Amino acid sequence: MSEQTKHTPRTAYEKMRALHEVARFDDGTSLIYIDRIILHERTGSIALTNMIEEARPVLCPDMVFATIDHIVDTRPGRPSLSRMPGGEVFIDAMRTTTSQLGLRLFDVDDPRQGIVHVMAPEQGIALPGLTIVCPDSHTCTLGGLGALAWGIGSTDCEHALATRTLRVANHRQMRIWVEGSMPPWLSAKDIIIHLIERYSTSGAKGYVIEFDGPAIRQMEIEQRLTLCNMAVEFGAFSAFVSPDAKTLDYVRGRPFAPRPRHQDAAQSHWLALTSDTGALFDREIHLDIAQLSPRITWGTSPQQAIPIDGHIPAPSSDANLSAARSDQRALDYMGLKSGESLLGKKIDAAFIGSCTNSRLSDLRRAADILRSRRIADHVTAICVPGSTQVKQAAEAEGLHLIFQQAGFEWQEAGCAMCFFAGGHSFGAQARVISSTNRNFEGRQGPGTRTHIASPETVALSALNGCISDLRSLMPQHDDRRVS
Amino acid sequence: MMKPITIHSGIAAPLLFANINTDTIIPSREMKRVSKTGFADGLFANMRYLNMERKADPAFILNQPAYRGASVLLTGDNFGCGSSREHAVWALYGFGFKVIVAESFGSIFFDNCITNGVLPVRLSHDTINQFARYVSADPQNRPLAIDLEARTVVAGALTCEFEIPDTARDLLMKGHAPIDVTLERIDAINHHMGEDKKRRPWLYAMADGG
Repeated sequence: MSEQTKHTPRTAYEKMRALHEVARFDDGTSLIYIDRIILHERTGSIALTNMIEEARPVLCPDMVFATIDHIVDTRPGRPSLSRMPGGEVFIDAMRTTTSQLGLRLFDVDDPRQGIVHVMAPEQGIALPGLTIVCPDSHTCTLGGLGALAWGIGSTDCEHALATRTLRVANHRQMRIWVEGSMPPWLSAKDIIIHLIERYSTSGAKGYVIEFDGPAIRQMEIEQRLTLCNMAVEFGAFSAFVSPDAKTLDYVRGRPFAPRPRHQDAAQSHWLALTSDTGALFDREIHLDIAQLSPRITWGTSPQQAIPIDGHIPAPSSDANLSAARSDQRALDYMGLKSGESLLGKKIDAAFIGSCTNSRLSDLRRAADILRSRRIADHVTAICVPGSTQVKQAAEAEGLHLIFQQAGFEWQEAGCAMCFFAGGHSFGAQARVISSTNRNFEGRQGPGTRTHIASPETVALSALNGCISDLRSLMPQHDDRRVS
Repeated sequence: MMKPITIHSGIAAPLLFANINTDTIIPSREMKRVSKTGFADGLFANMRYLNMERKADPAFILNQPAYRGASVLLTGDNFGCGSSREHAVWALYGFGFKVIVAESFGSIFFDNCITNGVLPVRLSHDTINQFARYVSADPQNRPLAIDLEARTVVAGALTCEFEIPDTARDLLMKGHAPIDVTLERIDAINHHMGEDKKRRPWLYAMADGG
């Protein structure tokens, strides 16, 4: 290695890749060592069943963590096993296969059960600098702790289980530098929706994103997880925030985090995994959030979003026929017209939950808005904590009472109505404001119309019975609406 | 085992929407089996059927006789974005699609294509529209021919080249299961693990952490 290459500043992504590279192929693809694998019943069961059918051993069973989240019944008291008709087969398969292969399973009644991307940070499974995969697209959430984490298919999951590696292309790198102080009405959810709206759902395609800047450093870990969660909706391979003191505080002492005798070594290792000054990125985006408005989606793609007090734009011009057709189809599906404002639009339902926004701090912020108030009579409202641990912590501080007194149903932990798997839905043409990550056609049920927003915006809209602007709660807001 | 793919010629169906996500390719409610086969009936279920009784929508392109037997899909930007569900590829493959031509692909969907022997071809918006116009005049008699070795797509007098990483191309052309290819390097993997245990002992010292 020449003197010059030795001192070339490197990005955190380059450092993490180098630490995990087992082999490199001619086209720049590397065989990357995988530190931990997380599984849920919906796709993990298929990978494990196939491993058994093909008689392939799991190379390192100790680095595999499984739970049940996607189709478990979340209604209070879990009256049945699965909310999906016939869904028991996935849960049964998960139990049988994990037991046969000797893998950990946080089963439905385990206090560690929860949505994979909520449970993994809580348990210290997700740690800075680790390569983590899960057959679930929102695995990028774990980048909020500085992990290099990404979603894969079931067959690639078998590859990771059998070989502890995956082939990973050498992605282009994007740094998103966020500055400006966070206004009281804003959350990480609004920031990521804004980025997708501005740069499109393919805006980060082929990139790994590093979020950095003073506003990111100010951001608590749970907000960073939300920010990274929707990187997949932005088209990115993954996203992460390099570890800092907040990260170290968060992971310390968690069950699968380093033991005390290794604490110092691990922390020094993690803190070295930041981008060097002068390291080069293929693309840089700067964002000032000081004046950013709350965001909401109007269509059936996360990029079809506007400021909450904005107007639905006209369909894309003819230059891109496929995009224009998609916009018009979305308007028809959502029962909306271009030029329309969403503020004051009547809603039928409100949902707080999902791997994007179901952590304790999300529930606290929503509860602050709901405290001592009642949702509109015509609204069905549901809150689903992201994990059993979140649910218990929320109950310990009485948040469940605030939700229930406001008229929300308070459910058991799981993915719940973030997606429709058959069975109960909000109904066709029902307009739902939701703290989830996908507003796809039919995502929450056939014909159901989903508007994605922050949990605070969901809570306020539930109270008013219509889509509402959080800034109406803040008389000091000076009404400067720059973006 | 995956079937190797080198040259494919088949009827091409244009579905020219942007951002067709994997929920659209196969809705979650259609994913009823703990297996990798049997999902073809759920393909594009929300667009393909008029109701829950599965009455075919005659307006949907794959229900039209002209496109019967289609094995190449022509589509827009960001095809297969969204959920990581590999069912999307299994449903397309089960239905008969061997090649998907799009402006771009969701990253996980692209990888899932490779592991299942489905060829994802990236072409420009204009080229896809040209091919779509050409084939739609007489779909049954105007097939699209894809040559993975030469990296070309040909239809009538139209020819264009496409790019695909060598690693992905080799896996598709040989039809090898990627796991078996990687297991040939198990010594290197074990060596890496040994070195890593020295570098990051804290990762290995908490196996019974919970």
